[in-house]
Amino acid sequence: MTSGLVFDVRRFSLHDGPGIRTAVFLKGCPLRCLWCHNPEGLSPEPELLNRRERCVACGRCAAACPLGLDPRAEAGSPSCAACPDFGACAEACPAEALQLVGRRMTVEQVMAELRADYPFYEESGGGATFSGGEPLAQPEFLLELLRACRAEGIDTALDTSGWGERALVLEAGGLADLVLFDLKLADDARHEAATGVPSGPILGNLAALVAAGANVALRLPLVPGVNDALGDLEEAARFAASLSLGMKVHILPYHDSARGKYALRGRGYPMGAPAQASPEGMAAATREAARVFEKAGLAARIGG
Amino acid sequence: MNERIKRLRDESFNAKPSFSAERAALTTEFYMEWQGRVSTPVLRAMNFRNLCEKKAIYIGEGELIVGERGPRPKAVSTYPELTCHSEEDLRVLDTRPMASYSVAEADADAYRELVIPYWRGRSMRDRAFAEIPEDWKALYEAGLFTEFMEQRAPGHTALDDSIYRKGMNARRAEIAAARALLDWGADPEALAKDEELKAMGIACEGAISFARRHAEAAEAMASAEEDPARAGELRRIAEVCRRVPAEEPRDFWEAVQTYWFVHLGTITELNGWDAMSPGHLDQHLAPFYERDLAAGLLDREGAKEILSCFWIKVNNTPAPPKVGVTAAESGTYNDFTNINLGGLRSDGSDATSEVSFLALEVLDELQLLQPQANVQLSARSPERLLKAAALVARRGSGYPSLFNADEVVMAQVGMGKTLEDARGGGTSGCIETGCFGKEAYLLHGYLNSPKLLELALNDGVDPSTGKAIGLRTGKPELFDGFEALYAAYERQLAYVVDVKVRVSNYLDRMYAQYAPAPFLSAVVADCVSKGRDYYDGGARYNTDYIQCCGLGTTTDSLSAIKTHVYERRDLAWRDLLDALASDWKGREDLRLLVSNKTPRFGNDDDAADAIAKRVVGSWYAAIDGRRSPRGGTYHIDLLSTTCHVYFGLKTGATPDGRHARLPESDGASPAQGADRRGPTAVAKSLAKIDIARTGGSLLNQRFLPKALEGEGGLRALCSLVRAYFGMGGHHIQFNVVDTATLREAQRKPEDYRGLLVRVAGYSDYFVDLDGNHQEEIISRTAQEGF
Repeated sequence: MTSGLVFDVRRFSLHDGPGIRTAVFLKGCPLRCLWCHNPEGLSPEPELLNRRERCVACGRCAAACPLGLDPRAEAGSPSCAACPDFGACAEACPAEALQLVGRRMTVEQVMAELRADYPFYEESGGGATFSGGEPLAQPEFLLELLRACRAEGIDTALDTSGWGERALVLEAGGLADLVLFDLKLADDARHEAATGVPSGPILGNLAALVAAGANVALRLPLVPGVNDALGDLEEAARFAASLSLGMKVHILPYHDSARGKYALRGRGYPMGAPAQASPEGMAAATREAARVFEKAGLAARIGG
Repeated sequence: MNERIKRLRDESFNAKPSFSAERAALTTEFYMEWQGRVSTPVLRAMNFRNLCEKKAIYIGEGELIVGERGPRPKAVSTYPELTCHSEEDLRVLDTRPMASYSVAEADADAYRELVIPYWRGRSMRDRAFAEIPEDWKALYEAGLFTEFMEQRAPGHTALDDSIYRKGMNARRAEIAAARALLDWGADPEALAKDEELKAMGIACEGAISFARRHAEAAEAMASAEEDPARAGELRRIAEVCRRVPAEEPRDFWEAVQTYWFVHLGTITELNGWDAMSPGHLDQHLAPFYERDLAAGLLDREGAKEILSCFWIKVNNTPAPPKVGVTAAESGTYNDFTNINLGGLRSDGSDATSEVSFLALEVLDELQLLQPQANVQLSARSPERLLKAAALVARRGSGYPSLFNADEVVMAQVGMGKTLEDARGGGTSGCIETGCFGKEAYLLHGYLNSPKLLELALNDGVDPSTGKAIGLRTGKPELFDGFEALYAAYERQLAYVVDVKVRVSNYLDRMYAQYAPAPFLSAVVADCVSKGRDYYDGGARYNTDYIQCCGLGTTTDSLSAIKTHVYERRDLAWRDLLDALASDWKGREDLRLLVSNKTPRFGNDDDAADAIAKRVVGSWYAAIDGRRSPRGGTYHIDLLSTTCHVYFGLKTGATPDGRHARLPESDGASPAQGADRRGPTAVAKSLAKIDIARTGGSLLNQRFLPKALEGEGGLRALCSLVRAYFGMGGHHIQFNVVDTATLREAQRKPEDYRGLLVRVAGYSDYFVDLDGNHQEEIISRTAQEGF
């Protein structure tokens, strides 16, 4: 059976599509957005997190390590990556100091998780949301999940950057009941600078998806200094309006709550400290962005 | 809220509860003169009538609904014939930091000179404790259970609509007719019935006199009143009090005043536990409201004003002062009047009316401790009702709580009630299911399940004291598997329940013999036709509940042993027992192992949920179906109110990783912090338990305010409730408050005096809770929306 790498399954998810949803986060992403709030979803491999402050020095992790390493010191090191039972140390750690991020799950295992909240989807008009990482980066797994959900009557949303083969985007977008499509920045070069990939193929995919009749809602993460200039917003709005007037656009105000996740990985926070990120400033900028999209004939709203 | 209501509300909010010796002194003098001259029921009724004729009458400035239990708002009556407070008790009540009652010198003098000398050794509590066997006392002192009736009369009474259809004079006529029908030729109980009926008639006269005295006072005040508008109101009050409760009410105002007089009557007579509830108040008042509106006698605002006045009256009557273990298990001013809104009519149709929404508005605006309100949500209830309830609940006060009306009906039918009567029932107290106006459902106290497991882990010895108080069920190391451990738990359970029930039955009979309640009996169905007291099986239905506590803690503890000692074998009995004995000292690794690596209740994990189901099944098997001497049957409730904090103080470390003395899990909720997969998983876990076989369950869910923001958040909350109820869930209630706010309230209590939070089956002011309760609420998992 097809399997994939999943780094989280969150029930009672309220902001990634309508109703009460279960969000499945697929691990691995070809983009490197500066503001990424799920850095644990970037790498396509399982990873070990080491929250040293939780460690009670019981030694259970070392006893469990098939390579005979001391995971307290060596978790995440190159020798550790070759482990035949990757994550055995985290499984053994009672303190949850060592945590495995990324679990291989079969489609059936994911479906079992999704079925659990069926009564809540039914009552609320919710369902499953496939997010990431970038779900398109695990194409077979994603397509099978979408098909399985369709077969069982579970509503699906696909939360994507839009970066992927055109045919795949169309197939997945056609299977999903809703596509939450990121619209970050129209400008090709600046998009590449901020995310690591050019915007051209993404905008092309978006246009094709809309033309194919998929149910698309745009999501614009409003990031200070990246895409909050009036000209950028107007350009993005013009592009969206050229595809379909009245399309939904969700403005997602930037927040830096992921800062801690970077620290945990011993990495610097790529965004640094943006100047305009005060709560009042963000709220005003978000309202302004929504107005730009409204003016262009789109149905803008703030938040997921 | 208008100026009048704002002022009355603030007066009530700011009034400090005080101890009033008025009732105690009148009762003592009356007993000195009359005891031994008439039968006990007649003595009780005459005492009640005497109170109604002699107690001070209070009509406050601007009030529209009148009558107080004590001489003034929040002056709390006492019941020395049940519990006679000692001088030391009075000193403690006056000075204790939480749930204190100021005691004036005159009241203390009355106690010292009159009340205590007479009742010492004569009160129900003194007499009972002299008779109660040692095995019970040992378990009681160890914290295996509590006993509601050790200092308060049995309660949990809600009324049906009969008081709005039948005045006291009509009841007196019925009582007289029942006396005339007694078969003195063949019925050996004819004398007992005659005395009881005579008593009910006298009690009805008492209620009429009480109202008449208010009418006289209002008339006198009206003639002295300079403000013509107020004089008019006072004359109207007098007119209402001349009419009700002697005759049936004719309009909305009279209907509300009728209920209030009956409520005051029952809490003056004995003030049983969880005082008194009007039951389906919106259903009862809707016909009056609609008629008055159509006739142009009243508008919506006018009705809301009268309802608000009533609400404030309930808030003016804090619970009688408790002492000892009972104060520790339930240290609150709340006396648990719980108004039911929505629900079903007896023909099964949706009962939601405009009065339901009026009541929700009043609840929301007043932000008072009492009364609480709940919404009985049926599959037939309109979405508008749920949404209105969710809007109020989202504001954070914890009111209203939500019940599954269809499940409440089903549970009652399962216990043998007719479908029509069951639909007339609902929830009183915290979450207790009962048939309003037709049932005496008595609560007998809480049962400490984690402590039962502690006995099973210690061969019947209480590790806190070293005393052998349970059964010798063997040393855990010698158990040949999980089943042997579970059998030991069940044996401790059966033993403790046996000991408890014997005393509960004894107290039950004591109340029937020595503290009958003729006034309450007169307004509850079938007491008149049977000629029996409410406390003696007179009501149509008779039920006894034992409230089982600590489902989450028990389940997780059993699951930890099953998983680690027997399945994974990564924890040796000796290590676990040593760690428990030392409260995990030096064994944080083991504590984390059992708390983090064990399937735990509340995560929609079948491995844990199956244990929870089994534990509830064991409680059911040990308790359900036992006969009580009133002709009733015992059932279980999954409710802890605040007793999980007291029980926690009595219980050492538990195998789920809980530290000694910390609170146990509350109600039927998962252990604090054990539920990590969100509210839908919690709901799924709960729904696996067959709640319809119980008298109710309590599920607390705490949300961060941010999680439920906006229209989407509100809809999600509504959907969560509907889906949970669709799976057979019985009850859910919310705290919508973040930890920072609660911490700030701890730092600056004076700034947060009005912060209501859901505690158990009721809300309380956060700053009025003691530190343990405050921490317990903060430790509940705060659900986020992702």
